[in-house]
Amino acid sequence: MDLASAQVIGAGIAAIGVGAAGVGVGFVFGSFLQGALRNPAAAGGQTGTLYIGFAAAELLGLMAFAVSMIILYAR
Amino acid sequence: MAAAGKIDPMHQFTIAPIGSDQLTASPFQFTNSALWMLIVLAVIVLFMLGGTKRQLVPGRWQAAVEYLTGFLDNVTTQSIGAEGRKYLPWVFTAFVFILVSNWIGAMPFGIVPAAHPFTVTSQFTVTGTMSIISFAIVLGVGFWRHGLHFFSLFVPHGTPLPLKFIVAPIEFVSFMVRPFSLGLRPFIAMFAGHILLDVFGNFVVQGLNAGGAVGYGVSFLAFAFVVFVGALELLVGAIQAFVFALLTALYINDAVNLH
Repeated sequence: MDLASAQVIGAGIAAIGVGAAGVGVGFVFGSFLQGALRNPAAAGGQTGTLYIGFAAAELLGLMAFAVSMIILYAR
Repeated sequence: MAAAGKIDPMHQFTIAPIGSDQLTASPFQFTNSALWMLIVLAVIVLFMLGGTKRQLVPGRWQAAVEYLTGFLDNVTTQSIGAEGRKYLPWVFTAFVFILVSNWIGAMPFGIVPAAHPFTVTSQFTVTGTMSIISFAIVLGVGFWRHGLHFFSLFVPHGTPLPLKFIVAPIEFVSFMVRPFSLGLRPFIAMFAGHILLDVFGNFVVQGLNAGGAVGYGVSFLAFAFVVFVGALELLVGAIQAFVFALLTALYINDAVNLH
């Protein structure tokens, strides 16, 4: 297999991580909504925590995207 | 760029002097990045000047500015505590700069030929520099206030002795990764969003060029998707600016109050 095809395949495999991070972000917001609907009074004070969790989960997907871009465009 | 069938989504991130195609050897060049940074600065200055007239009864503009400053004041005081206001200037600067450059980069100025907006934050040099400034503030404040005691940040309270040898390296690594993760986040979000917009924007054009039921159908779907992603891009730009400000405030809180 030549380098160009290997790069494209590798970038595609690396992009799976983005989907996994999508699961993580969905889980963060889903759990927040579950908690928020049970106790709406406490929900407003927790948005900061929500976005910290969102940032932590999203970062791994962004890393996967960066790795995939590096594989795809590295010479 | 994109000739038929060939999409080049990386072209939009090229930094080049105004009116030229590539960087030359000279170190002093007025690039498109510099131009759009100045435009972002001008927008921010105009927005703030319009809202700081200190009227007793605020008009709409002043209310908007007051909402923004109050919102960030809230973020810093909630994260850092009573003395959070000391660190508000940097948190405010970072938030407003990232927010405005994200939004200006997503504006469709490209309708006017040769007026393509350049998203300043889509370059890691810019966001990385901002995260290094945040990290330098954390280190400076930490060592200034606590001296060498600042290293107790790596050992949470009440850790049993054998665990300390495991926890301390982990905490150290997670601390040293912060400047990278902090700068990578707004950069990748803008980078990925603009690649997506470019690719699907090319689908619209190529579908129209191909013609026929399939071509027009693809073109329409891609156009709807571009509208959706454009709206999402505004949301993501705001969220990333907020996350940058929030995490900066949290990291400063670590330095101010230790664990």
